[in-house]
Amino acid sequence: MTTSKKPGLSRRGFMKASAAGAGAAVGSGILGAPMIWAQTIKDITLNQVGPSYSVIADICEKASADLGFKIVPQTADSTSLMAKVVNQPETIDIADLEFWAMQKVWRSGQLQPVEVAKIAKWGDITPVMKDGKNFDGSAQSMQGTTPVKVMYTGGPGDTAFSASPTDFATTMPTIFNADTVGIRPDLIGRPVESWGELFNPEFKGKTALVNIPQIGIMDAAMAMEALGELTYGDKGNMTKEEIDTTINRLIELKKAGQFRAFWSTFDESVNLMAGGEVVIQSMWSPAVTAVKSRGTACVYQGLKEGYRGWGLGMGLMNHLEGIKLEAAYEYLNWYLSGWQGAFIARQGYYSSVPTTAKEQLTANEWGYWYEGQAAQEDILDPYGAVMDKAGAVRDGGSFEARMGNVACWNTVMDEERYMVQRWNEFVSA
Amino acid sequence: MSRSSGRSSPLTPYLQVAPLALIMLAMVGIPLITVLLLSFWQTDGITIYSEFTWDNYAQVLTSPVTLTLFLNTLKYAALTLIATMLIGFTCSYFLVFHVRNLKWQIGLFLLCTIPFWTSNVIRMVSWIPFLGREGVFNQALISAGVIDQPLDILLYSDFAVVLTYIHLFTLFMIVPIFNSMAKINPNLIEAARDAGASGWQILWTVIVPLSRTGIALGSIFVVTLVMGDFFVVRVMSGGQSASVVSAMKNQIDQLFYPEAAAMAVLLIVVVLLMVSAILRIVDIRSELAK
Repeated sequence: MTTSKKPGLSRRGFMKASAAGAGAAVGSGILGAPMIWAQTIKDITLNQVGPSYSVIADICEKASADLGFKIVPQTADSTSLMAKVVNQPETIDIADLEFWAMQKVWRSGQLQPVEVAKIAKWGDITPVMKDGKNFDGSAQSMQGTTPVKVMYTGGPGDTAFSASPTDFATTMPTIFNADTVGIRPDLIGRPVESWGELFNPEFKGKTALVNIPQIGIMDAAMAMEALGELTYGDKGNMTKEEIDTTINRLIELKKAGQFRAFWSTFDESVNLMAGGEVVIQSMWSPAVTAVKSRGTACVYQGLKEGYRGWGLGMGLMNHLEGIKLEAAYEYLNWYLSGWQGAFIARQGYYSSVPTTAKEQLTANEWGYWYEGQAAQEDILDPYGAVMDKAGAVRDGGSFEARMGNVACWNTVMDEERYMVQRWNEFVSA
Repeated sequence: MSRSSGRSSPLTPYLQVAPLALIMLAMVGIPLITVLLLSFWQTDGITIYSEFTWDNYAQVLTSPVTLTLFLNTLKYAALTLIATMLIGFTCSYFLVFHVRNLKWQIGLFLLCTIPFWTSNVIRMVSWIPFLGREGVFNQALISAGVIDQPLDILLYSDFAVVLTYIHLFTLFMIVPIFNSMAKINPNLIEAARDAGASGWQILWTVIVPLSRTGIALGSIFVVTLVMGDFFVVRVMSGGQSASVVSAMKNQIDQLFYPEAAAMAVLLIVVVLLMVSAILRIVDIRSELAK
């Protein structure tokens, strides 16, 4: 919040990169030519397209002011973004892509790899994002699209992923989080500890799932596994039989009146919760925040079986070249320098480089958002509204406790087409 | 129909329809052809290949979901049609035969359109706080002592969906029925009465047959609107029900465009059959030309 970084510092980063062309020159410093630079860059415009929780106008404005060229934000949900990347690549310069989306779009060859050497803070990116390791060094859950599975590629022109780290990343990881269920503690009145509660007859007619097939079915799978009804080989890549068993069970539950709704948009999930229609449901973290800010008790409940993780990164479109490409790298480096990390921390997301975000957060904020400590004073959201009162603790505890306990990652399955078809059957049952 | 306008060139009628024909071709014809082509193409879930396949149709036609979806959508259309027809006919009847003063007639008719000054979405969404578990209606019933548990069926149910359709689409029924009723010559009713017909006989044998053009037009509006909707179903059923188009939307969201296109073609065929059935019962063209 307090230490605003001088733009010169990151600009110097650019000078390094541009001086060396494609290389990774180190330390040439800021001598000479800032005027020329300023002249050439002020005409540059970069279109950044991505989902609303990632492409945020305030961040683009701040970056434009710091960097001297223009970043134009445009929001598109992940599916339409994927279609855009493949079919209208020229309309995008930088795409904020979910890792699961990379499984679909990378092979189209419309993106160019990010050269790891040009990202100054690459080494500081948390191991959860790029190494496939938890904080304690144990291996991450490989169910679903674990970031490391889609993080590296062989080099320019390679449309496959590399299993081991290379000098070329598919995207530069930016934000991520661990999802779980939202509950109304005031209406439930007892501890909720397991995903199985989603199917508990006690909450008949008062539960909801998200109507995004890939995510909804995974939440259902977490519940089925928690109840011991089925153990999946890989919840992130179910077999046809597993899909059938899961959907059949869901249809049975639906017919018994277990679900109140299947929501599709952010505001639907907020209204279901705030209006008392449901007491437990799939939910996003900012939706919980929105319910809370209406004065209704709502908890993003960490559960013993673990979280459903997701994250996204910034991809560079293939057509970027020359000074525009260098400007894009400049922006990527700015992104990891802390301001953005602090901004999204205040809406409950984690930055891929927490160390720089920490510099931009107050000790109170860092303690609340990342360390799971009780807030010393009121916690404000990115726009300055009170989000949580002093004394409150973030649901699910610290960054390491939450991100270190991801059971599966948002993904696309091999049997996706069949799954969507069965999901439609479930919804129309 | 064939009123000749003196010495016009044989080209004149073609020139006259040309602007509309071109617009229809560009705005309706080309998109339709695209959908038709797309429905025969292949996809791997992200890129679409222009290679011919029957797979999309095979999948749509063999899946039991398709039948459920169509039956569900037809159920909505039928319920909405019956309700809007009854309400539309009653309102028009009242406006035409009970309100004799033209000023009052116009004034009351405009009153019917007032809800349409706000957007569809607002009118739909405003039902949610009214019908919800903690909504106005449930609260009122509870405090009046009629029920002690909120009624869940009011919101996120088929009831909510059909109610919203009726609210949204009744005007499309009122306007054409009002229009054809207003054209009925009052002397006919007088004559029927003089011949000894009862009120019901007049209604059933004189007014209804003479209003059938309006009823048919209104039915076409209502049926096509309901068959093509996904938003009302999604929001008012809380995602608990699906219509043909909402399933299509799910497929589009997952980038399975060709399958969605096959479904769209099937829907067009079904709606065309329904509309031609209506036109077969009532010859709208000859009635309108009268």
